[in-house]
Amino acid sequence: MKLVGKYVDKKGEGDIVLVPENTEDMWHIYNLIVEGDYVTCSTIRKVQLESKTGSSNNFRVRTTLTIIVENIDFDTQACVLRIKGKNITENKYVKNGAYHTLDIEQNRKFTLKKSLWDSVNLERIDTACDPTQNSDIAAVVMQEGIAHVCLISSNMTIVRAKIDQVIPRKRKGSASQHEKGLNRFYESIMQGILKHVNFDVVKCIILASPGFVKDQFMNYMIQQAVKSENKLILENKSKFILTHSSSGFKHSLREVLTEPSVISLISDTKAAGEVKILETFYTMLQTDSSRVFYGKNHVLAACNAKAIETLLISDKLFRCQDVALRKEYIHLVETVKKSNGDVKIFSSMHISGEQLDLLTGVAAILRFPMPELEEDGSMEN
Amino acid sequence: MSRHRDVRSMEYSNYIDTYDDLSEDSMEEDYAVSPSVQQFIYDRNKEGAITSFFNHLDNEDNKVVCDVVYDEAALKICRDAIGDLLVDIISESELKKRIYKFNYNVEAVINSVLNEPNEGLRSYNLSDFIAGNNPSPEELPEKMKPTVKVVPTTSKNIVKGFDVSVTENVNNLTIQSESPCVVRNQELKSKADSNRKKKGQASTVNLLQMLWYCTIKGKLRSELPITLENSEQPRVKEKRDALAIYKSKRESCKENLSLIMVGHVDAGKSTILGRLLYDLGQVPDKVFHKNQEESKKIGKQSFVYAWVLDLSEEERERGITMDIGQSKFETDNKIITLIDSPGHKDFVPNVIMGVAQADVAFLVVDATTGEFETGFESGGQTREHTLLLRALGVTQLAVIINKLDTVNWSEQRFKKIVMDMADYLKQVGFKEPIRYVPCSGLSGVNIVENVKDIEKFSWYNGPTLVEVIDGFKSPERPVDKPLRFSVNDIFKNAGFGFSIYGHMETGMVSVGDKILVLPSNETAIVKGIQMDDNNVTHAFAGDQVSLILANNYQEKLAIGHIICDPQFPVPVTNRFQAHIACFNINKILTIGMPVVLHQQSLVEPAIISRIMAEINKSTGEPLKKAPRYLAKNMNAIVQITTERPICVELQKDSRQIGRITLRIDGLTIAAGLITKIE
Repeated sequence: MKLVGKYVDKKGEGDIVLVPENTEDMWHIYNLIVEGDYVTCSTIRKVQLESKTGSSNNFRVRTTLTIIVENIDFDTQACVLRIKGKNITENKYVKNGAYHTLDIEQNRKFTLKKSLWDSVNLERIDTACDPTQNSDIAAVVMQEGIAHVCLISSNMTIVRAKIDQVIPRKRKGSASQHEKGLNRFYESIMQGILKHVNFDVVKCIILASPGFVKDQFMNYMIQQAVKSENKLILENKSKFILTHSSSGFKHSLREVLTEPSVISLISDTKAAGEVKILETFYTMLQTDSSRVFYGKNHVLAACNAKAIETLLISDKLFRCQDVALRKEYIHLVETVKKSNGDVKIFSSMHISGEQLDLLTGVAAILRFPMPELEEDGSMEN
Repeated sequence: MSRHRDVRSMEYSNYIDTYDDLSEDSMEEDYAVSPSVQQFIYDRNKEGAITSFFNHLDNEDNKVVCDVVYDEAALKICRDAIGDLLVDIISESELKKRIYKFNYNVEAVINSVLNEPNEGLRSYNLSDFIAGNNPSPEELPEKMKPTVKVVPTTSKNIVKGFDVSVTENVNNLTIQSESPCVVRNQELKSKADSNRKKKGQASTVNLLQMLWYCTIKGKLRSELPITLENSEQPRVKEKRDALAIYKSKRESCKENLSLIMVGHVDAGKSTILGRLLYDLGQVPDKVFHKNQEESKKIGKQSFVYAWVLDLSEEERERGITMDIGQSKFETDNKIITLIDSPGHKDFVPNVIMGVAQADVAFLVVDATTGEFETGFESGGQTREHTLLLRALGVTQLAVIINKLDTVNWSEQRFKKIVMDMADYLKQVGFKEPIRYVPCSGLSGVNIVENVKDIEKFSWYNGPTLVEVIDGFKSPERPVDKPLRFSVNDIFKNAGFGFSIYGHMETGMVSVGDKILVLPSNETAIVKGIQMDDNNVTHAFAGDQVSLILANNYQEKLAIGHIICDPQFPVPVTNRFQAHIACFNINKILTIGMPVVLHQQSLVEPAIISRIMAEINKSTGEPLKKAPRYLAKNMNAIVQITTERPICVELQKDSRQIGRITLRIDGLTIAAGLITKIE
């Protein structure tokens, strides 16, 4: 993302001009914009003009509009962001107060005006505009009959293809149906990879499975590539990494991302970092359960005691509609930072973030043990 | 495409259900153009039967149509059923008259003839004639009632010309033809307490269908008399309720028992099974010889027995079992289904699938120094598999101590392993006495026979492996419960078509049955049932069978789906509560934890959405409400949410479908019982 201009005053009010460059940026923008913000952007509007005789004329005009955001829609598969709201800059085509839906497009600048830019927002803009952050990997987790082709960028894990096929088992006396089924399955995965993975962009392609499925698949793919002279695969053969996972379901990506051989390759990816912290959280829960808290009430109590060493918080909480609630979370983040704590904002588009979301969305590793609270934090949600 | 159809050998019964889908009304329309108007014509041959003729008309009103068709065919059936038995006693026309009078009720007719006081034939033992199709004693008097001369006009006996007992008869007579409608009748019968009249109607339609079909096929003429003849001999009684059918079908046979081999990698599970099958002569020499050659070629001679069950190229190349393999053999008292399971850690899901189908288990341990210990360590499969057996409700277990030849048939080694295992198994909670069998799979010692010439092994004089197998008890089969069949494999059966293989959990299924597949909510018709490549007509709880379906459901079926009786569907949900027990593994469970849920052959990602309460292990009392996490060895009630809806059943309703196993990162962390469906 490119930062074109930043005009924020001391109180935190102002506008920022941004140019999104890739799908990842769309995710950032989705997290930045909340209801009530002002977005200015060039857009196309269908206009109907009626002549004096009553005949009407339809035409499309490109015009720049500013709207008050009422609704934000993010399509995770296509990475398209649509913002709906009322127009506040009247021009000759669009009346004041008319509804319009802006599409935020890549490489087209837009202005976002907020009445309050908080620290979380500003930080997000910093990270989004940091070009070194970008690193894409593709991962295929599979088991016999099930495979997920995923793209992992620093803030998102997107499942591009899900393959779910029935493979007949080996039967008494023959295993030919089984083998036929397997080949069909491998073919589907291979097509999935060819279709969804951009070999110019991804650093590596991780193939993970229990048992020998990954090896068999790799063999199959290379064989097929040689047969059909598919240069794309043969040239990128070195980008494929084989590793172990316990199943072919999406959540076993977590295991993949903690695999040492994978970590060394993707160390700067946010996904791996998040997985690692969450893992630490669980290990701590196991060994020293009084030093980890989760649930809003528990974490707030720990924060009040200045006990939080690392705060794990899901970005989903910042996207909430309730301004007061959002402020509460911002306050929590800021207090932790002030007391020299570490704040990790998890992307809810990653598997670890998904898991944190289910674990009330906020958790903390404490500096010192604290007694468990009487009332129940885990029951909220 | 019709010219491609082999019309002659077409199984009409396969298609019959399509017609069943039509409403009753349209059925009747089809038959309105029936061949005969005999109904309305006075037949002189029916000497003096004019009263009954009019009676007929009086009662018929709107259902006449049915009767017209029925008349001819049913008359023929009855006439044939009675056969030439009574011809000597009374005239043909008199017989016909009586058939009409008793609403085609064969017994009633025979009874009436034989009971005629002036005939003086009382000495005949009735049951000699009707043993095959006699009604149960309490029904008999009712059927005997219509022996009065004038046909009663009460709707109860005459209604639409079909007394329920008639269909009962036909049912019996044609049972061998396995026509679906007959089976449906059985179902109806089993719900005997339901509205009697309604039942009668339904049966009527079915009967009509059957008759119609039979007429098309000419089957009726060719086949019925034969079956009827049979029915007159005192043969095995066929009753409508599943339990009785089960008894009749299976009482004479040996008991079925499925046995699973579990144990650590390379303990020798497949080899023992291979050897067992070979020694019992179940492996054709040709196949064995081929395996021998091939294994020699790649320098893996010791795998020659394992290859009997390890069929896929991959498995042979790597020298490990990857998926469950199955085979069958018979002992003196039992038919055993052998299930071979993989010992490798990555294939535990397959083991779970196998254990879910098994009644009893063999736990194989390697006696080799060091090997037993690795398998028995906390990461070893000996422990995990044992826990799985326990969690999935397998109570009968024998431990095989294999490869005893490698430790010089040492009795001490054997005893040590027995001690260790006994301690552990007791701790896990196996209560039934456990047998320990020393053997050597590769050399075949103490598998089928105890080779006496090994001096060092002379200390052992217990049972051989086969004797142990024979000593297992067959569990009770819940045959009278509603049908549940878990899909384990989906394939195209050469020559038969789309088939599904799986395990009968409860109930029974017969050829021609309509079944419901959940959660995909598809109905299908069972075209055929195969058990070890033999066609059978019924399958009962505990069996492992292939169901051949009438249509292709490739896209709509998946492994882990449950097939059930459309009238008693299995509950489908994506959220339920379970009582789980965490294993002794260093993993923490919190809410939001993604787990892999195993239930029968189903593998599904799931999430622990709530932890309701921690529970005291021994007393079952709640210890703490909504704890923050669950550590090892804790018991708790949790709420589990799956991505897609799955079939669940309370544990009390089904031993297997009500059991779940939870795994994280390739480790089995907990097992549980479903307690509440939300």
